[in-house]
Amino acid sequence: MRMPAALHAEWTKLRTVAGPAWLLAAVVTLTAAVSALTVQANRCPAGAVCAVDTTRLSLTGVQIGQAVVAVLAVLVISNEYSTGMIRVTLAAMPRRAVVLAAKAAVLSSLVLAAGVLAVAGSLLAGRLILPGHGFTPAHGFALLSPATPSVLRAAAGSVLYLALIALLSLGTATIVRDSAVAVGIVLGLLYLFPIVANVVGNASWHRHLEQIGPMTAGLAIQATTGLRSLPISPWAGLGVLAAWAAGALLVGGLLLRLRDA
Amino acid sequence: MTAPTMTPYRSDAPPGRDGFAQLVRAEWTKFRTVRGWLIGTLIAALVTMGLGWFAGVGGSSSCSTGNGPARSGRSCAPTFTQGPGGEPVTDNFYFVRQPLAGNGSITVRVTSLTGQLPIMNNHLGNPNQQEQFRPGLQPWAKAGLIIKDGTAQGSAYAAIMVTGDHGVRFQSDYTQDTPGLPGAVSAASPRWLRLTRSGDTITGYDSADGTHWTQVGSARLNGLPKVAEAGLFATSPIYQSFTENFGGGSSGSEEPSTATGVFDQVGLSGSWPAGAWTGSYVGSGDYSPGIGSYRQSQGRFTVTGSGDIAPVVSGPSGPGGPVITIANLLIGTFAGLIALIVVATLFITAEYRRGLIRTTLAASPRRGRVLAAKAVVIGSASFVTGLVAAAGAVAVGEQIARSRQFIFPVSWATELRIVVGTAALIAVVAVLALAAGAMVRRSAAGVTLVIAIVVLPYFLAIIAALPDSVADWIVRLTPAAAFAVQQAVPAYPQVEAIYSPAGGYYPLPPWAGLLVLCGWAALALTAAIWLLRRRDA
Repeated sequence: MRMPAALHAEWTKLRTVAGPAWLLAAVVTLTAAVSALTVQANRCPAGAVCAVDTTRLSLTGVQIGQAVVAVLAVLVISNEYSTGMIRVTLAAMPRRAVVLAAKAAVLSSLVLAAGVLAVAGSLLAGRLILPGHGFTPAHGFALLSPATPSVLRAAAGSVLYLALIALLSLGTATIVRDSAVAVGIVLGLLYLFPIVANVVGNASWHRHLEQIGPMTAGLAIQATTGLRSLPISPWAGLGVLAAWAAGALLVGGLLLRLRDA
Repeated sequence: MTAPTMTPYRSDAPPGRDGFAQLVRAEWTKFRTVRGWLIGTLIAALVTMGLGWFAGVGGSSSCSTGNGPARSGRSCAPTFTQGPGGEPVTDNFYFVRQPLAGNGSITVRVTSLTGQLPIMNNHLGNPNQQEQFRPGLQPWAKAGLIIKDGTAQGSAYAAIMVTGDHGVRFQSDYTQDTPGLPGAVSAASPRWLRLTRSGDTITGYDSADGTHWTQVGSARLNGLPKVAEAGLFATSPIYQSFTENFGGGSSGSEEPSTATGVFDQVGLSGSWPAGAWTGSYVGSGDYSPGIGSYRQSQGRFTVTGSGDIAPVVSGPSGPGGPVITIANLLIGTFAGLIALIVVATLFITAEYRRGLIRTTLAASPRRGRVLAAKAVVIGSASFVTGLVAAAGAVAVGEQIARSRQFIFPVSWATELRIVVGTAALIAVVAVLALAAGAMVRRSAAGVTLVIAIVVLPYFLAIIAALPDSVADWIVRLTPAAAFAVQQAVPAYPQVEAIYSPAGGYYPLPPWAGLLVLCGWAALALTAAIWLLRRRDA
């Protein structure tokens, strides 16, 4: 069976159950809502010096929305294992690498689409709320606009970030085959690095932890100011996350080929 | 004719027991015979301990001060004066004193407290520039009377004082603080202060008119020698200026400030053998500004000092360098929690997935008791795992950290509270995860839900770009409130500092925080039992 047919099959599977649609809607609303609440909670009083990266602040919701992306991606494969559907799938499409590639392609397209909406919603919230909270052009904060190259990089990068998180989760779930374990591992990988780095006193260890953590490195793409003080440069950071995702998919693909389903 | 009577058949076998204990035993058998769950529990313990030891190592930091050779590890850590309780303290002030032999008292009127604040240069100016001052008073600038066990650093004391913003206070042995008359001091509304020694007990009084006195507080200074040093003092804490970096802590700069108190109507009773006052600065070490002076004319004393007599606090406004609390050694709790959340959720969702739940409920039709038995098993197993992991992380982590970093000393009672509290936290979260699993019946959804309400609030409060006031509410209301049980050092109201969750300070007291989590777990378990009874399995 060729790739277009595999893609069509995976698309049909995702389209015809209610879960993925709900989860994608949750990604958009949760990301935009958390971003809006964070922006709402921050203020820059007149006369104060505020060291705030308003673009990054407006994209805070991505840090929470990614958890839903992870769940969606894990379920794409682990649901097949829990229902036994995987045996039907592999009987119909014996080339297992094609199955995984088709899943990855359909999943990342959907997450990219949801990510565009989520990021646009977050930036819109920032653009509408920030000027009322003291982050005015007169105060040195330009209105958020995708026409600004650095804002565009942060926005496009955040969408890519969500897609890469989906691929990392898909790979992890293919490796462990159990939804609960996969969700635990992915969320642990994402959130433990910043939490542990926070208590490591040594500056260089702190930096190294942030450089290798999929979330801490990947989110460097959201920075528009203070690039020199970042632990890793924006695109290199996204590269680290891409390496995590590629590694997980590769191991997952190999195991899928080698193991009985 | 009589009908033959027939005895109905009765089995000779003893009836099966269906008590709660049997149910717990059945659930325990399920738990211990699934290899994946045991491995998950083991991973939880190992990761918790491993990350704790990692935090104990803290990195082979190197530092160099001035022209000295590069040093590393513990030698980078600041050295602290130890107070009478062993806690790190600062003991820097200007002291106008004479020896007081035996019992006696000293009374004084304070007519003014003024101060100087440094002009901070936030724009990275020349660090060698001359310090410049502007008039202003630190909220905890202090001037008043003190009786002290000599002038050695960290020695016991009791003092009554006027402060910048906090009225009259009676303080002793660095950590104790009792409020007296409120309001600022001025020539129009002066304050009379009195300090009395009787044996080892020092009592402080204040008065607004010099005739009506109120006792503010008293302190017992164990082992106070017969001849103690007593007199007037003034001091003013280091001025810190903070810039909050959103999404990653804060950076600050600090400069000394000064306070000047004006005293008159000095009255002495008891035996003061020296008969004359001497003034000198008390204090030494890296944190001593060494600024101070006094003037005496016609019974009027003007005393200027800089520094503080107070405990050292940890966290962002505390000293820099490799300084940690034992809460840092328990950072692995998060990793352990995630592993146990997965196990506890699977403990019920796996039954749904495999259809075992129908067998379980057929064997024990009283469904509430089934879930209760599961909660007992997973709660106990998690508590034991958490206890072993937390004790291992703290005990070994402390040994590792001792040679590399400065650890804030805590009493054994605090250490016990932190270790047992962490185990309880892990156990209650496991029960919460079981309840969530029973409610949603899907592993992925259950695990995500519990991680989202336990770990993510902590993450949002500490790492994300939320202001401290919002972060405080997050760790009050969500299950993450339970991390308060890990707070190692108390927040001292008498020390101006940033007491935020990111620095290890929680708005709720330790056990109250754990209680918030228990409330969530109880609510979830009740809802889960209700749903289990109501729905078909």
